[in-house]
Amino acid sequence: MTIFLFTSFFLYLTLLSPFVSAKSYMSQQEFFNSVQQSLSPAEKFQTKTLWLKKEIQSQVSKILDHKYPKLRVRYKISDGSKPPTSVWYLDEIGKERPITFGVSIKNSRVQMIQVLEFRESRGYEISIPAFAKQFEDIGVDDEHNLDQNIDGITGATMSVSAMKKIARLAILLHKTVLSSSTTSENK
Amino acid sequence: MNIKIILLSAVSLIASSNLLAAEPTNQELFEMLKKQQAQIEELQNKLAITEEKVVENDEKIESSVLVIEENLVENKGSKTSIGGYGELHYNNIEDSESIDFHRFVLFFGHEFSDSIRFYSELELEHAISGDGQVGEVELEQAFVEMDLTDDSRLKAGVFLLPIGVINETHEPPTFYGVERNPVEKNIIPATWWEAGANFNTQFSDGLSADFAIHSGLNVPTDGSNSFLIRNGRQKVAKASADSLAYTTRLKYTAVPGLELAASYQFQTDVTQGELDADASLFTAHAIYNVGNFSVRALYAEWNINGDEADVIGRDKQKGYYLEPSFKINENFGLFARYNLWDNNAGDSIDSEKKQTNIGLNYWPHEDVVFKVDIENTSGIIDNDGFNLGVGYQF
Repeated sequence: MTIFLFTSFFLYLTLLSPFVSAKSYMSQQEFFNSVQQSLSPAEKFQTKTLWLKKEIQSQVSKILDHKYPKLRVRYKISDGSKPPTSVWYLDEIGKERPITFGVSIKNSRVQMIQVLEFRESRGYEISIPAFAKQFEDIGVDDEHNLDQNIDGITGATMSVSAMKKIARLAILLHKTVLSSSTTSENK
Repeated sequence: MNIKIILLSAVSLIASSNLLAAEPTNQELFEMLKKQQAQIEELQNKLAITEEKVVENDEKIESSVLVIEENLVENKGSKTSIGGYGELHYNNIEDSESIDFHRFVLFFGHEFSDSIRFYSELELEHAISGDGQVGEVELEQAFVEMDLTDDSRLKAGVFLLPIGVINETHEPPTFYGVERNPVEKNIIPATWWEAGANFNTQFSDGLSADFAIHSGLNVPTDGSNSFLIRNGRQKVAKASADSLAYTTRLKYTAVPGLELAASYQFQTDVTQGELDADASLFTAHAIYNVGNFSVRALYAEWNINGDEADVIGRDKQKGYYLEPSFKINENFGLFARYNLWDNNAGDSIDSEKKQTNIGLNYWPHEDVVFKVDIENTSGIIDNDGFNLGVGYQF
């Protein structure tokens, strides 16, 4: 019995294992399409770059507890509509490996958030739509903490924490691009 | 009048002749145009060169930024990771006071590739180990994990069994109370690790299953600790592999804040060939977090076959706990936990143990916690007191 089970394990391993990588739930383009579909009336977007200058990194560090490991962040922002919608693709480590999120912000509140790629061993539950739905229309208070409660997941504390930080970060970046001139249009 | 006309005509004639003398000739105009054309061409060339340089500079900047960002990411997300947790406890139970750095744990992990990784947990219990010392150095996890498909993975090595609430997740900031709950400690028995292989798969969003083949228990067969499950852990230290064990777990987490899980384990012989005593463990738990409220409940039961366990009432060992809690804000949380367990539930003698803890957790940071709780025990034990603790994870 034991030998049979071990053999089955290794047979399965040999046949199916070789080229699996991080689990990809959605591409950036698919996320962007779903944001566009959710907007009524339709909004026209342009791609821009936000350079993470020292003062922005300082605010980012307060949210993430570390600097964001990029010099600039590309984002999409709706053109002409008021208030504008911005779309961000941001990474944050849960316990050991980075999780890639797509976030859209409108009126300084989360319009949509989705795990695009998940690389951690535990905590995949944050990618379940019902969990992500809790973030819809969530904003931040004066201390830049989320202004609504998120029901956690036992055993996925750090992944949940990463998602909450990314929601706060996207709101900060959205506010920054609306209030500053540190952006430049991409060619 | 005629004189005036003559004079005016003479003046205008002189003026117009002077003007004619100042205008360039066609040849001069042609030369001027040629010169201007040359200047325009020169400027156009300079503009083209400048544009080329701008594009070149953009490319250089883009390349530099990419290299810098890659280095930043590389430094941040190194393939080898280190983590850990620890907890210091002060226990004052029935005037018996003790202070103990209960656990000092280091994690080491390494990503061989996107789909193959190594993970380990090395623990020093009770601050010091060695001959005659109370503490131990333990290798609680050391396994290679491999993603088989997007939804399934296999781990092989030494790993924590997929049973109960705290067996796999027990970093101090993740649970209430200074000490871990006595039901999972004495019945399951957490923390419990074995050597073998574990296959994990996700059937759909929020529904997952584990199947594991691993080394088994080896319980004492005589003395006061005979057939006590916790004393049967071999800790993968030159462990007998005469009789293996099989564990399976089904876990449901599709509803935000809710976790439902049940595990079943079959031990082919908990005495590793000495008495031929197979055994089975069943556990089920529920966790529900809604708003600031949370509740945890767990039930666990062992059934051991064989006359030897039956005679002393240890053929059945079981327990449960219920833990409601309330998080006042991000920093403070209150809890109460009622535990009942019995390692001699197979006979008619009343041998239940009961423990109630009420306390507070304070998180100055999400990864740092200070704890205090009041403890009251009853049943065949009777101790009261309080516990203080500090813990961390990184």
